[in-house]
Amino acid sequence: MTYRIVVDFDLCESNAICMQVAPEVFEVRDDDFLYILDETPGEDQRAKVDEAVQRCPKQAISVAED
Amino acid sequence: MRSVTIVGASLAGMRAAETLRREGFDGTVTVVGDETEAPYDRPPLSKQVLAGEWEPERISLYDSEALADLRLEWRLGGRAVGFDAALRSVTLTDGERLAADGVVIATGARTRTLRGTEDLAGVYTLRTLADSLAIRSEFEATPQRIVVVGAGFIGAEVAATARGRGLEVTMVEMAETPLERVLGSQIGQVCAEVHADHGVDLRLGVGVDSITGTDRVEQVVLSDGTRLDADVVVVGVGVIPNTEWLEGSGLQIDNGVACDETCLAAPGVVAAGDVARWPNRLFGQSMRVEHWDNAIEQGMAAAKRLLAGEGAEPFAPVPWFWSDQYDRKIQLAGRSGPDDEVVVVTGSLEERRFAAVYGRAGRIVAVLGFNRPRHVMQYRRLIARGASWDEALEFARSQP
Ligand SMILES: Cc1cc2nc3c(=O)[nH]c(=O)nc-3n(C[C@H](O)[C@H](O)[C@H](O)COP(=O)(O)OP(=O)(O)OC[C@H]3O[C@@H](n4cnc5c(N)ncnc54)[C@H](O)[C@@H]3O)c2cc1C
Ligand code: SF4
Repeated sequence: MTYRIVVDFDLCESNAICMQVAPEVFEVRDDDFLYILDETPGEDQRAKVDEAVQRCPKQAISVAED
Repeated sequence: MRSVTIVGASLAGMRAAETLRREGFDGTVTVVGDETEAPYDRPPLSKQVLAGEWEPERISLYDSEALADLRLEWRLGGRAVGFDAALRSVTLTDGERLAADGVVIATGARTRTLRGTEDLAGVYTLRTLADSLAIRSEFEATPQRIVVVGAGFIGAEVAATARGRGLEVTMVEMAETPLERVLGSQIGQVCAEVHADHGVDLRLGVGVDSITGTDRVEQVVLSDGTRLDADVVVVGVGVIPNTEWLEGSGLQIDNGVACDETCLAAPGVVAAGDVARWPNRLFGQSMRVEHWDNAIEQGMAAAKRLLAGEGAEPFAPVPWFWSDQYDRKIQLAGRSGPDDEVVVVTGSLEERRFAAVYGRAGRIVAVLGFNRPRHVMQYRRLIARGASWDEALEFARSQP
């Protein structure tokens, strides 16, 4: 089963907590915007992605199961 | 382990429940919480909810489906009044006793009040949804003069939100600069200027002598004799951990529930969030952290600790906190103190967009950002690996 990362950029405030939890998936760059490096990161990243979902203070990240 | 009781149905407790399930725990999980609402998120209470931008539905921590998936036994509106650590037995107000193999203590903290103001209408503290909605409806009533007591993070956010609604705000702070004891006076000065820029009348270096009024607040009397007319007073002078129910339980209480390095307070008993005190190995100091992110991280760590038994990892994070005030996003990672060395590593204090690092005893101990989230996270990583002060400054010089 695959899943896809969805970020609500209206909610995101680029505090980079997700990047700290899952650096392979999320990156906040010099322009202070969040970039999703990998929208479908696969099962080996799943635990980290779930933790990022929990720890995003703005509840901006969700996971869509395909 | 067949059963776990979680006391406190808020951030730390609920993240512990979620972690138990995620880690495959299949036994009974009973959650005791003395609030009647389904678990909700507190940071918006001083921000979007108070501003009138969000309705209470927006801040629930889980939708009903996600809650159902956790398969929890609920005692919502139930209050723990006693505990026996040896039996891991929690006593509720109605006399019910819940014994379990594991217990998570996550009862958080409540606000400190000013003595003698409890019966005066118009005087508030802010911790719960009900508090936020009550203050909000005061803000929505006729033109208002607001007095905020305490210029800490909560007081500052309330002042910012009130100004955003066009209300007249006076903020009273005992220290010479806001947040002096946390951020030092140089950065405290910047905080003071930000409030002044937004039209807050800031009274520094004075305390509150009394709050007067017949049934409703009329004036706030300051220690220098000044009398401030007030329609609404919001008091933000800190919190007290909720540990009264643990008296005589066999647990050690010392400004919070005393835990070991792994969040364990007694065999089969863990604590997490605002109520927990533990020795953080990374900083070589005992701490109790009142931050949102810590409630989550520690809730997760405590749940894993229960399941792991022996050989659990020490819990040694770099605490991280944010505060939204006006158009500034303030973030602090680590443990800063008033006597630390402070160096601005990017931006400038004048433009109020900067990151500053704090050094003590040859190490970088904290980083503070005003609208600089990425930098805060970069330096947080240095702190996490115990980097020296020189290394941190070297890193700063190497950045474009
Ligand atoms: C207005 C406000 C704004 C905030 N803003 C920020 C912010 O911007 N950034 C940030 O990092 N942090 C912020 N915080 C702090 C953050 O919300 C707390 O650190 C977090 O809520 C702690 O979670 P907790 O689960 O440990 O405790 P709590 O949220 O205090 O939850 C404890 C729960 O236990 C219940 N309880 C207590 N005693 C008993 C008992 N005997 N029996 C049963 N239940 C009991 C309580 O009623 C409560 O529901 C803010 C807090 C407030 C109040
Ligand atoms: S944690 Fe949330 S708010 Fe922060 S950068 Fe990631 S998505 Fe945005």
